[in-house]
Amino acid sequence: MPKDLTLGEHLRRQGISRRGFLKFCAATASMMAMPPGMIPVVAAALEKARRPSVVYLSFQECTGCLESLTRSHSPSVEGLIFDAISLDYQHTLQACAGHFAEHIREEIIKQHPGEYLVLVDGSIPLKDGGQYSTIAGMTNLAILEETAAHAAAVISIGTCASFGGIPKAHPNPTGAVPVTDIVKNKPVINVPGCPPIPTVITGVLAHYLTFGTIPELDDFGRPLAFYGDTIHDRCYRRPFYDQGKFAKTFDDEGARKGWCLFELGCKGPTTYNACATTKWNQGTSFPIESGHPCLGCSEPDFWDAGSFYEALSAPAADVSKWAGAAIAAGAVAGAGIGLKSMRKRKEAAQAHDPVTVDDLKT
Amino acid sequence: MAELSEFPIEVHEAASAPASTQNVVPLLHEIRHALTKLLQSDESTTIDLLSIPMTDADLQALEEALGNGEIDTTITALGTSRIRETRYPGVWLIEHYNVADSLMAKFIEVTRLPEILKADPRDIDAGLQRLSEQLSNNEPDETD
Amino acid sequence: MTSVELLHWARGPGLQISVAIFVLGMVFRVAQNYFIGRDKNLAEPRGTQFGPGMQTIVRRSFFHPGMNYRGYFTLIAGYAFHLGFLITLFFFSQHIDLFRGILGFGWPALPASVIELSAVVGIAGLVAVMVHRIFDPVRRFLSDFQDYFTWLVTLLPLATGYMLIHRIGLPFTEMLALHILSFELLLVVAPFTKLSHMVTIFTSRWYNGAIAGYKGVQS
Ligand code: SF4
Ligand code: SF4
Repeated sequence: MPKDLTLGEHLRRQGISRRGFLKFCAATASMMAMPPGMIPVVAAALEKARRPSVVYLSFQECTGCLESLTRSHSPSVEGLIFDAISLDYQHTLQACAGHFAEHIREEIIKQHPGEYLVLVDGSIPLKDGGQYSTIAGMTNLAILEETAAHAAAVISIGTCASFGGIPKAHPNPTGAVPVTDIVKNKPVINVPGCPPIPTVITGVLAHYLTFGTIPELDDFGRPLAFYGDTIHDRCYRRPFYDQGKFAKTFDDEGARKGWCLFELGCKGPTTYNACATTKWNQGTSFPIESGHPCLGCSEPDFWDAGSFYEALSAPAADVSKWAGAAIAAGAVAGAGIGLKSMRKRKEAAQAHDPVTVDDLKT
Repeated sequence: MAELSEFPIEVHEAASAPASTQNVVPLLHEIRHALTKLLQSDESTTIDLLSIPMTDADLQALEEALGNGEIDTTITALGTSRIRETRYPGVWLIEHYNVADSLMAKFIEVTRLPEILKADPRDIDAGLQRLSEQLSNNEPDETD
Repeated sequence: MTSVELLHWARGPGLQISVAIFVLGMVFRVAQNYFIGRDKNLAEPRGTQFGPGMQTIVRRSFFHPGMNYRGYFTLIAGYAFHLGFLITLFFFSQHIDLFRGILGFGWPALPASVIELSAVVGIAGLVAVMVHRIFDPVRRFLSDFQDYFTWLVTLLPLATGYMLIHRIGLPFTEMLALHILSFELLLVVAPFTKLSHMVTIFTSRWYNGAIAGYKGVQS
């Protein structure tokens, strides 16, 4: 497929009519959570958009993010987004392997400097020279530095690439860090989630494709269009939270009546993600609808934030042990000092010369 | 190891459907407002129904309130799209499905004719070429 | 430090440290009180000490007619604050989650609407006593830094908790972190200020009752 075609031309060549294209634009705008008034703008921009080369790097990850992403690659409008980019390097999906594969990556860097997009999933190990994860003899760090140096932008797919995720969880044996710790002089978009919702991944790609710009981000580098609200803000169980009606176990009366899952450990109130509105599996449902609390998977260090099944208001560490030690220490110290002052008082009493009649005479 | 069927499974009645979000009536007011605007200044309005928190019951209530009008069409391009005019002329319900037949977008358009129904000059041009080609393929015998 | 890290710290190490300081400080105070001892009472005992001591702890928590000499305002505002604060602290279901996490057991919660009321009453009581303190010349004269500081430290958990539930001001993550931190501040400050009365009031009341009991008079 020639790369110099615009997206509009490319789609027309594939026999997609203007109606199909308008439908694609309407669905894309809706997916990007844009006001419908923007549809003509999206259409005009996509018509002229050029298909960017995409290099997809996988580091310390479980391939769950790619699984999620390819699930959205059904023969649908979302799939078209994938036609609309040119995914040139992804070592799980590409046909060639070894030196051939690496050669492709080098060629892209050489031929399209400043134009290609880098997608990363997985965190980067830094400990012991980064030797815990290497590809074709190169450390993840070296590959990322080399590839990102000439990229237009980097998109971190998933919590591992965005925040370090599970590899970075305590005690972080490989010294894992997120992409933002390494790529400093390029725009980086974080699309966290364990995994992220496929529609959100494609929505972010669509935004870049449409406008060629980085969407508006929050403090953690997440696109506000998808990560602007917490799960709790949009949760349909919210009225129960407000009334203080909580399920206490997974099969009590409250659980059956669909009450709030806060006390079963729901991290919805502190978790920014689109699950409650966009939902999973082609809009079927999201975890809370199945009666399971939110784990907080799109937040930094979600793996180390205490048990998934402890309420947010409960301690995230063992406090009882500390309190027990404090009781002992307090009792010993109090007794010690108390006894000491008692002794002092007694000594003072003993040292005391009783006053006699003689004393008064003088 | 126990077979799956040996596990005791209790089936309880599913939780009742989430209650209405009370979004239907304000939406109808918005549509009324959009119709006035269409009449007075020929300005169209589009509302993205998937961006508004609504339960299935809400959507059904909305569709019932809008009813069916004179036009009901289907577009076949990248999966089907259903475009219906409601009981209120100028108010259209548009649903886009993908090839796998799942709903991707749902809009209410308040306009005289949804843009997507009109034939586009580029498509007309492509069609014209196809027609001409077909005619010229058929004609050689006669012109010879 | 990001908001997320702050919340993690507050729920983890922050809580461990503040609970440890609170428990250590309070146990120290009580143990010290006990071991300092009292002079031997040479008089013949005319009754027991333990029972009357306990009775006094309970009895003095309730209103009785002789108390009105302090003026009804202090009385009512004081009760309102203490009841509001304690009910909110011990019977809000999410606070019980905290106690269950530390103590290993919990107890039934009061409905959210009751907690809402108790929190508002608690805050109103606190504000009222402060207004009184500032506008009454004698009270103002008698107040020092600690009086204002402990008032603030007591108000903060109530105020941030109210704001958290009603989503006033900051997003949930930040507000929850502040709410927990403000409570931890209260824990840390309590043993070293007059707030230690939350524990020592029971020791002194017990002694009062016990002394009366020893003498065989009603406390
Ligand atoms: S289930 Fe979770 S997200 Fe939903 S209202 Fe309860 S705490 Fe909030
Ligand atoms: S509900 Fe929470 S844990 Fe589950 S996918 Fe969404 S953000 Fe992640």
